[in-house]
Amino acid sequence: MTDPKGSVDRLRGFLTTQVAGPLAALLVAIVVFSATTDTFLNPANFSLMLQQSVVIGTLAIGQTLIILTAGIDLANGAIMVLGTIVIAQFALDGNIVLGLMLGMLACAAAGALNGMIVAKWKLPPFIVTLGTLTVLTATARLMTDSQSLPVERGLLTVMGQGFSVAGFTVSWGVVTWLALTAGFAYALGRTAWGTHVYAVGDSPNAAKLNGIKVDRVLFSVYVVAGLVYAVGAWLAMGRTPIADPSAYQTANLDSITAVVIGGTSLFGGRGGVVGTLIGTLIVVVLQNGLTQAGINSLYQQIATGALVVVAVLVDQIIRRKDR
Amino acid sequence: MTDAAVHPSVPETTDEVVLYAKGLKKKYGHVTAIADADFQLCANEVLAVIGDNGAGKSSLIKAITGALAPDEGTVFLKGQRVHFKNPLDARLAGIETVYQELAVCPELDIAANMFLGRERRRPGWRGGLLRGLDKAAMRKEAADHMEELGIRVQSITQRVETLSGGQRQAVAVARAAAWATNVVIMDEPTAALGVRETGQVLDLILRVKARGLPVVLISHSMPEVFQVADRIHIHRLGRREAVVDPAMASMRDVVAVMTGALAGSELPSALKAGPGS
Amino acid sequence: MKLRQTRAMHRWSAFVGSAVVVSSLALVGCSTGTPAPSGTPTSGTQTATQPPAAETYTIGIVEQQLANPFFAKLQQAAVDAAKAAGLEVTTAESKTAGDSATQVDAIENMIARGVKGIVLDPANATALVDVVQRARDAGILVVTVNTSLEPVDAADASFETDNLAGGRLMGQWAKAALGDQEPRVAMLDYDLSDKTAAARHNGFLEGFGLTEDSPEIVGTALTKSNVETGQTAMENLLSAHPDINALYTINEPAAQGAFIAISNAGKQEQIAITSIDGSCSGVQSVVDGEIGATVMQFPSRMGELAVQAIVDYVESGTKPSGVIDSGTALITDRPVEGIESHDTAWGLQNCWGE
Repeated sequence: MTDPKGSVDRLRGFLTTQVAGPLAALLVAIVVFSATTDTFLNPANFSLMLQQSVVIGTLAIGQTLIILTAGIDLANGAIMVLGTIVIAQFALDGNIVLGLMLGMLACAAAGALNGMIVAKWKLPPFIVTLGTLTVLTATARLMTDSQSLPVERGLLTVMGQGFSVAGFTVSWGVVTWLALTAGFAYALGRTAWGTHVYAVGDSPNAAKLNGIKVDRVLFSVYVVAGLVYAVGAWLAMGRTPIADPSAYQTANLDSITAVVIGGTSLFGGRGGVVGTLIGTLIVVVLQNGLTQAGINSLYQQIATGALVVVAVLVDQIIRRKDR
Repeated sequence: MTDAAVHPSVPETTDEVVLYAKGLKKKYGHVTAIADADFQLCANEVLAVIGDNGAGKSSLIKAITGALAPDEGTVFLKGQRVHFKNPLDARLAGIETVYQELAVCPELDIAANMFLGRERRRPGWRGGLLRGLDKAAMRKEAADHMEELGIRVQSITQRVETLSGGQRQAVAVARAAAWATNVVIMDEPTAALGVRETGQVLDLILRVKARGLPVVLISHSMPEVFQVADRIHIHRLGRREAVVDPAMASMRDVVAVMTGALAGSELPSALKAGPGS
Repeated sequence: MKLRQTRAMHRWSAFVGSAVVVSSLALVGCSTGTPAPSGTPTSGTQTATQPPAAETYTIGIVEQQLANPFFAKLQQAAVDAAKAAGLEVTTAESKTAGDSATQVDAIENMIARGVKGIVLDPANATALVDVVQRARDAGILVVTVNTSLEPVDAADASFETDNLAGGRLMGQWAKAALGDQEPRVAMLDYDLSDKTAAARHNGFLEGFGLTEDSPEIVGTALTKSNVETGQTAMENLLSAHPDINALYTINEPAAQGAFIAISNAGKQEQIAITSIDGSCSGVQSVVDGEIGATVMQFPSRMGELAVQAIVDYVESGTKPSGVIDSGTALITDRPVEGIESHDTAWGLQNCWGE
């Protein structure tokens, strides 16, 4: 395989593992910040960055599922915030476990609403979730009179607790996030459901002709994403122990950023949650590293935006070559 | 009224007849899609179904495979009366269809496409509890099927996106041949392909037949039909106008019947291929 | 950290949507979710309950979205003042941050209705200049509150917090609180292209006796003026500079978020945290020892002064002019010599929001 075409194929094969590019970008960022600052490269800072990743990272897992079906979820932050408020409200009334269960139910119901409209009525996910974003944000504010609710320390904030290994603190939130990533990597790559998610995003017509119930797969994806956002709500309370209706207003776009930088195609059918994990870390490392280097944080936004454009470009190039 | 009536000596259903339909009718308001149509597919043959656009070829095939519910008429598979309520029923009965649009998922690999919608799980708890796919088995089986039909690809784990149009259709044909136990229906399988790739797919059709599966080839390309078909079912105005033998009839004869210049009954009987002949 | 049910959503969060280019979507999200806590209709008329004075007339009050308690407090104070003076009031408010279109419509309606004066909290510094000019051409006195137009003299006068002075108080207190320690200053900003954010930032530096390039400033970071981003930014700064001992924050929610990071790092005793706003939630944070000192601003005074200016103009023809400071006050339970301050008991009585 020394002929140029073979090399091109192999190069493309490497690029299209999707994880390779983002991983390289992450490593470059880590090396650069380690070399240019004294404080970046230490266990406490890495542990910190992991903790800063969990909320957006978890939202981005649900976002990945939906983007793989060629959809998009603008409501994920709002669903999660609604979840924190439902949980906190019931916890204030003294029933924490019921609160967690109802929060999970609320998030799943919100996902189911999106899923039903997208799958049954065939409306574009962009518009549907834009609508539910508005509705849910308003609902959260009405429920709280636009005030934030306190979150009792204990079960609700356990995700912020953790254990220490050789000076490296790992919170249960980080463990949960990594476990979710592993679980969905398995579900997407090793189960029939996962194959069907890719097929539906890739070519809904081909999926249908092969007997896959496309609307059922779509619906399941939105409901599962809703449940993932509910876990996100728990993680968010562990990190910042309040339930704030005005929090996470840009989480939808932040999660899309993480997904796209992680190599998942906005056109559906290509990508995965491991790439999203790396994409989330890239965003957080840039934010942390540039702050440590004392660089104006507007540059962080420029760097992130540029990465999004590069990621979309790479996706386009791969597509144009093959089709 | 039917060709069977013209050839009373030929029994309507024999061991030789795999798929048989009689008196199919379908009307949409005042529009007649199927006007008392008959159909017969024998074992070990490639039956071409041809007709002008709007002649009702697709409606006929849909009525047979359950995609469309006929108002009247009966369908027999290997002598048994069948009622397919949807295409999945037909698939379960061993009738597979290859569509003109490429019904493959480019982002999935060849093996995943071959098993799409019919994935195989691992044995034991890993397949039960964890619902894990038996990728190794699926890849091996997919590779076997491809090889059986002489389809060459670099790797079974290659994504379909990296294949040419002809190769992609070959994957679809291999998939149909792998799952079909009774019939493979090909609905204009070469419509989206170039000349060379069309040739590859026609070769495949013959190889599928050689494996013992009868093939229904819906087409309106005359040379293609004459190249591979054992019999030609000419559809016109929603009904079977004639069945001819390509060894005897010329393209001009067939076109004449297809366009209505010549009625099926006016065709010299030497050119006709009776059902089951 | 003890959490309260009453942390007020802050007016700074109103800027978030408009500041980030891509966040227009999020903006839509908060738009319809804007309940009017005061029960004031989006555009309606309230008739004075008091017997009218010798001559009664109508004034218009144009606020920004009332979901924000700061705006709600300002509007309520203006309406109350107008009623006390026996005036009729017509009110309107923008639907989202930066929604100047609704305000333009409202002012046009008020011109048509023949109001004598308009109190305007502009959603945008330049978009309202034209319609304000038309109102003034029609003989209406227009005073801005909270923030001014560009140019400032586009309106007759403006009643607002002197944010530079507020920032100065923060800086002075922080410096004094450090005593003879070597200053290690961190700053949690909001987008500095925002006028108010820049004034507070610069005021702090001035009060502390620093310049932008002073080595005492060990780190700065952007927040979106809320708890969540305040926490993340502070975590990053602390990770790089564990020896920070003085902190400037753009507002109280950002300070509350920073405190989460600081207490997680166990550095509560080490850092003097300063903030600005004077919301009741923020003052409570001072009571709880989370914030060292905060600077209170007075939205109700803005509203009262603005209405009084219109009354004076109608009765005696005297026009106000320029930017009139509605005042700032340092709230802390750790007073330092040479800087006037109030304790938190006073602060809780005079704070705004819940």
